[in-house]
Amino acid sequence: MADHDNCVREVRREGNDIVVSLAGEIDLHKAPEVHRALVGACEGKPRNLVVNLEQVTYMDSSGIGTLVEVFRRVNAYEGKLGLSGVGPRVRSLFEITKLDKFFNIYPSEAEALRA
Amino acid sequence: MTNVAVDVPNNAVIAVRDLVMSFAGPDGRLVHVLDGVSFEVYAGETLVIMGGSGCGKSTLLNCLIGELRPTDGHIYYRIKGMNQPVDLRAMNEKGLNELRKRFGILFQSGALFNSMTVAENIALPLQEHSYVDSSIIDIVVTLKLQQVHMLEHRDKMPAQLSGGQKKRAGLARATALDPEILYYDEPSAGLDPVTSAAIDQLMMDLSKKLQVTSVVVTHEMDSAFRIADRMVMLDRGKVLKIGRREEFESLRDTSPERLANDDERLIHQFLCGDPEGPLTKADGTSEYEKLIIAGE
Ligand SMILES: Nc1ncnc2c1ncn2[C@@H]1O[C@H](COP(=O)(O)OP(=O)(O)OP(=O)(O)O)[C@@H](O)[C@H]1O
Ligand SMILES: [Mg+2]
Repeated sequence: MADHDNCVREVRREGNDIVVSLAGEIDLHKAPEVHRALVGACEGKPRNLVVNLEQVTYMDSSGIGTLVEVFRRVNAYEGKLGLSGVGPRVRSLFEITKLDKFFNIYPSEAEALRA
Repeated sequence: MTNVAVDVPNNAVIAVRDLVMSFAGPDGRLVHVLDGVSFEVYAGETLVIMGGSGCGKSTLLNCLIGELRPTDGHIYYRIKGMNQPVDLRAMNEKGLNELRKRFGILFQSGALFNSMTVAENIALPLQEHSYVDSSIIDIVVTLKLQQVHMLEHRDKMPAQLSGGQKKRAGLARATALDPEILYYDEPSAGLDPVTSAAIDQLMMDLSKKLQVTSVVVTHEMDSAFRIADRMVMLDRGKVLKIGRREEFESLRDTSPERLANDDERLIHQFLCGDPEGPLTKADGTSEYEKLIIAGE
């Protein structure tokens, strides 16, 4: 069952930036794990924190809430949170919650890092 | 166990089969409020249930969500992560509770807890079902309140809300866990036209953008025709007609004398809200006569 899979596939340093790649279904049960990883990534105050969602197949509101919470943290130290690999479902969630105007969404990880 | 796989089409999330719900009437005789109801609800569609007051719509919803045990028949669910459809009637309380987590329900009255603020009401299902940080739950509450245009009422108690505001708070709570299936009992009753249209839009967004399967009981025909993919008309405990919205639109827009039969004329009358027609002709005249003339 996908339930036991790790949602956080990779945390990678790229110079002053950090890329966190997520995968699978990010729901109420997985949100805490994702949150821990992203909070951990914020600790070194990377200039860019890029969250790659390419392999995310499903996300619910708690996943979105997690991204918002991290967005606040990154803003607080004046870093930048970028999202890449945003699929149609996650994009729809952003639209419905009218969050698309707050988040920086990039077509690729490379472009997010260049921002 | 019956082999339910053959009975439930692959794209159906819910399959209702020969559902009967009977109550004991005042004279002790059983009244079949639902009398052999069968239909399917397909993944991601919005199905609107219509019918006169007292025809059994809320009873049907209560059976679908497992609040009422049907007298007979089956209700099958095919839910994400389950390889086989499950029969609600064969489930124990624990299984039902698991299943209910996948539903969102907006009751006719909104059904908020009166001792909690609006925000606490919405947060409750999230707290019950997860270990998510309270800061994140707070954010989710904000997202849900925003969707129903209720941000400024976050810290109010239900008693301080108008009927329409209660309903919108109820909807925010019903969607707290991002359910796969949403049940609505009269979502736009008592709302002003603008709020009602906004709720319709949210219902359509949830269904079209997030593929939430929706079952809606409503008397508001404007709203029904806006949101429905398909419609069911119930009458005297039976499905009088089920079909695509366009079929009902055409029945509505055809003049009664050009319709094929009494069923179609009845649906036409209902959809148009005509005071004259087969619905009102049959309605209780003989009962009334009996009471007046014989006093029984
Ligand atoms: N617990 C019960 N015991 C006995 N009769 C009941 C019970 N619940 C409902 N009924 C009867 O079943 C019938 C259908 O009621 P229901 O509430 O389902 O109607 P409805 O279609 O939702 O009506 P409305 O449009 O007015 O909300 C009514 O005649 C009602 O009196
Ligand atoms: Mg009702």
